[in-house]
Amino acid sequence: MSDPMFDVVVVGAGPAGSAAALTAARAGRSVALVERGPHPGSKNVYGGVVYGRVLDELVPRWWEQMPVQRWVTRRSTMVMTDRQALTVDVRAQAWGGPPYNGATALRADLDGWLADLAQEAGAVLVPSTVATGLLRAADGTVRGVRTDRPDGELSAGVVIACDGVNSFLAKEAGLFGGRTGARHTSLGVKETLALPREVIEERFALRGRDGLDMEILGCTRGIPGGGFLYTNLDSLSVGVVVGLDGLAACGVRPEELLADLKAHPSIAPLVRGAELKEYSAHLLPEGGYDTMPELAGDGILVAGDAAAMCLAAGVWLEGVNFAIGAGMYAGRAAAEALARGDTSRSGLAGYRRLLEDSFVLADHRKLRRAPGLVFSERMQQRYPALLCDLAEEFFRVDNPRPKPGLRRLLRRGAAAHGVRLHHLLSDALTAWRSFG
Amino acid sequence: MNAEYRGIDFEDRMSTVDFRLSERAHISVDAAVCRSCTAQVCVHACPAKLFVPTSDGGILFNYEQCFECGTCYEVCDAEGAITWTYPDGGHGVVFRQG
Repeated sequence: MSDPMFDVVVVGAGPAGSAAALTAARAGRSVALVERGPHPGSKNVYGGVVYGRVLDELVPRWWEQMPVQRWVTRRSTMVMTDRQALTVDVRAQAWGGPPYNGATALRADLDGWLADLAQEAGAVLVPSTVATGLLRAADGTVRGVRTDRPDGELSAGVVIACDGVNSFLAKEAGLFGGRTGARHTSLGVKETLALPREVIEERFALRGRDGLDMEILGCTRGIPGGGFLYTNLDSLSVGVVVGLDGLAACGVRPEELLADLKAHPSIAPLVRGAELKEYSAHLLPEGGYDTMPELAGDGILVAGDAAAMCLAAGVWLEGVNFAIGAGMYAGRAAAEALARGDTSRSGLAGYRRLLEDSFVLADHRKLRRAPGLVFSERMQQRYPALLCDLAEEFFRVDNPRPKPGLRRLLRRGAAAHGVRLHHLLSDALTAWRSFG
Repeated sequence: MNAEYRGIDFEDRMSTVDFRLSERAHISVDAAVCRSCTAQVCVHACPAKLFVPTSDGGILFNYEQCFECGTCYEVCDAEGAITWTYPDGGHGVVFRQG
């Protein structure tokens, strides 16, 4: 085979792809970054919050450059029933200054910025181009990608597949084995709602560039999933995420669930008068650690959503940070394998070791039971109702009857919602093992 | 539920999204398989409402306003009913906010 055109071809200019391209280009490698949209971010949707600390390694003082809407200084977790809501609200003013914790950002801005960094480091962005399949050597080793451009074959020493949740390339490479991801895939639908900046600041008790990140459980008519509401500078991102199995079984349209959430008594006043700017939808891989594919094959690595690196653990919803971390390590492992002249599966095994030593696989392994717990029927339906009832009864002033104690309320609520003590204990234990 | 928030007509909803129309349909549907499918989950699960049941039990579809999410082929359990790829490079949905 003749010399490859590029040392590395990265497919998909999302956070994983751009981080991979940036890292490989900085290591002195020739890199092509293939993007099927007309510009990076144009095909991408997420809830709206990014945790940028992983960038410390890639972009010193990244917070001075990253296109941020608001810094998250307030995080709320809400559980709700049709008529009730109970919120835990955390405000940490330290999160509003360097080195920052989380930020709301629009994907068109964020992905564009990361892809620009990769290009400044020397990567060649190839937009409006679909990678339609893998090029392989006679022994099956991946040697590049075919594209939908005329004469569009791009040969490479290593292909890094960052082609998103549907990753046709990782499937074609056989990295998923015989498994299918459908059981562990969720659909997210989102509305971006315009509201004047002052109204947002007043309504959500925010100042300057401070922002709110709100996660919601119990808003999906019992379909496993949840909701979110995030503040941007002059818009809100409101959405629901539901498991595809549950959605398929229930016969409800996804945007109806979103309309339910917006009409809820605790959410309606927050979105009142807002105007729909954009409706969007995307799939998420939510199965976690146990549903990840093989991360390396002969001549190929996989990162980001393509490798199911999304964390759906109720109070923690993360993905872009894992994508950036994984992309960074994929780019580094590819460059090291090329330098040693061994891009076989074992030559690329350094990728997995780098991930194991970092938060990417450490967090996913630690939280491997979390998706099962969060998507369970008890967590989805019984506990939100139990907690809301408990709070409502605890704070109810019901004179002249004497106040019932918390223990009696818990016993009564558990019986009313069919929660058994041993379930509560076993779920608490699972939660403790995951989050503890 | 409060009717005020139910007020977005689906066409108005979809008109907030930019699409660059491709000549080539990136979805194809085998109507014969659909006619034998009793569930037709794609009809309610597709967030862009691209699949419409016909009176003879088949499915009509429109590929032009596709979010390219993949929900249709993930939820479809009738073998070979929906074939789904990405639109040609540079075409299809273009999210501005994401």
